[in-house]
Amino acid sequence: MKGRLRPLLIALVAPLLIAADTPVLVPDISARQVEIRYSFTGAQLLLFGAVVYPGGRPPDRPTDIAVVLRGPVQPILVREKKKIAGIWMNADSNRFRSAPSFYAVASSRPIAELIDDRTAAIYELGLRNLQLSPGGGALPEKDRRFEAGLLDLRSREGLYSENPRGVEITDGVLYRAAIRIPSQVPVGTYTAETFLIDRGRVIAAATRDIQIGKAGFERFVALAARRHSFLYGLTCVLLSLLLGWAAAAIFRRRF
Amino acid sequence: MDIYLPIAGQSVNALFIVVLGFVVGLLSGMFGVGGGFLTTPLLMFYGIPPTVAVASAATQITGASVSGVMVHLRRGGVDTKMGTVMIVGGLIGSLAGAAMFRLLQTSGQVDLVIGLLYVVILGWIGALMLKDSLVSLGYVQKDAPEGPAPRHNRWVASLPLRWRFYASGLYISPVAPLALGFLAGTLTVFLGIGGGFILVPAMIYLLGMPARVVIGTSLFMVLVVSAGTTMVHAMTTRAVDVVLAGLLLVGGVIGAQYGALLALRIKPDLLRFALAIIILLVAIRMLLGLAWRPDEIFSIEYL
Repeated sequence: MKGRLRPLLIALVAPLLIAADTPVLVPDISARQVEIRYSFTGAQLLLFGAVVYPGGRPPDRPTDIAVVLRGPVQPILVREKKKIAGIWMNADSNRFRSAPSFYAVASSRPIAELIDDRTAAIYELGLRNLQLSPGGGALPEKDRRFEAGLLDLRSREGLYSENPRGVEITDGVLYRAAIRIPSQVPVGTYTAETFLIDRGRVIAAATRDIQIGKAGFERFVALAARRHSFLYGLTCVLLSLLLGWAAAAIFRRRF
Repeated sequence: MDIYLPIAGQSVNALFIVVLGFVVGLLSGMFGVGGGFLTTPLLMFYGIPPTVAVASAATQITGASVSGVMVHLRRGGVDTKMGTVMIVGGLIGSLAGAAMFRLLQTSGQVDLVIGLLYVVILGWIGALMLKDSLVSLGYVQKDAPEGPAPRHNRWVASLPLRWRFYASGLYISPVAPLALGFLAGTLTVFLGIGGGFILVPAMIYLLGMPARVVIGTSLFMVLVVSAGTTMVHAMTTRAVDVVLAGLLLVGGVIGAQYGALLALRIKPDLLRFALAIIILLVAIRMLLGLAWRPDEIFSIEYL
């Protein structure tokens, strides 16, 4: 009985043994949930974790880590201003069907040194490799111009960022990267991806989700404005009448 | 002290917004205007999205005009019949304005139209006021008058269907105040301005209303129309930020009280001169914004 089961057991365990040949990433984030409250001025997220190597021995050569934090994808329209009759006005526009609302990448070395362009494009590593899906059948040259404009605009707002030396690796097994999110981040489900890169290949990857949402009063206001717009407007009007009246009443007593 | 605005979706310096509200309130109390023409551009320069700035400024105008209306109502300085006609026009105007606003938003030219309207209207009114105040301060010689000015504007007098407005002592067609109200309502939605600084000269020069009811009636109309505009914005653009409006109001209503006190101590001609300069400065700043190459020539619209 026992003798007959052994090959079956080996066959079952085999994939695990093989899998144990490649390293495994164990990522975590300093906060799984970011709550936007009245005092929110942005947040610093720490993306950290460990690399579990088969046998517990890191390889002799150094490996590299890249982490990506990415916000929900939105379809957007980018407009370009041109000087027409002496006035700067919106003249041209281009659609992007899948622009991430937030994108930050940090790596232990510049991405261009880690992987070739094709691999970077597959994993969307680096701002130049984002799949923005421009639409409308525009000329490639126009697509590129708008793409550069979009990247520049969002980089200035702090929504897109690239930190080529943002990942710190300790003893080849522990890694950490700090990513700053500005106060004007859109809400939604964010994903934090971690890639272990060895000799130009991605050998392990792992993903974690982060919820960024308005909480408490801010959430209540945002919901009220959307769902009960009439009552919300009425409240604003009553508030202004009340404050105006109160100030007048107080000042009449004093002077 | 930073505070997060739930609708604008960004954090701002609360103290800055309160001080901005106070300064605008001070001016509005001094000059008897809503002050929206200052709030909206300043909020936009600060980085608040234009739609949110326009919508929230409308809420602040309501608060800033409350105390003025109360004072004028007590003194009998409000022609309620004339005011009501203008309000009806104003509310229709704000609905029409909202429809146009949406149309322009889809074509992507709303910022341009807001900018151009500001430059044209502020530039025109500011120049008129400046000339007027310089004449009355005695710096500029007045043009030789060609006989006494007619009491009624010829176009206004030619309109049919005349009503009696007893408080103003006028017998004119309600079409004229209705149209004036319509214009002010449209501007409130578009520019986040109450339109007080347009209404006051128009009521004096076009309708021929006596000065003692002009300020009160215009404030009365601005109060109701800005409240209506807040509702229109809340229900169409959903861009009214109650936190932003609240901060502006706290500064604004207090500033308005001090402004009213100051106004009693300063020569009215000097006041008008100062207001003209401020209006012209805003207009010039807006013009530069249109003519200068902007920092960022790309902008994003969410679909």
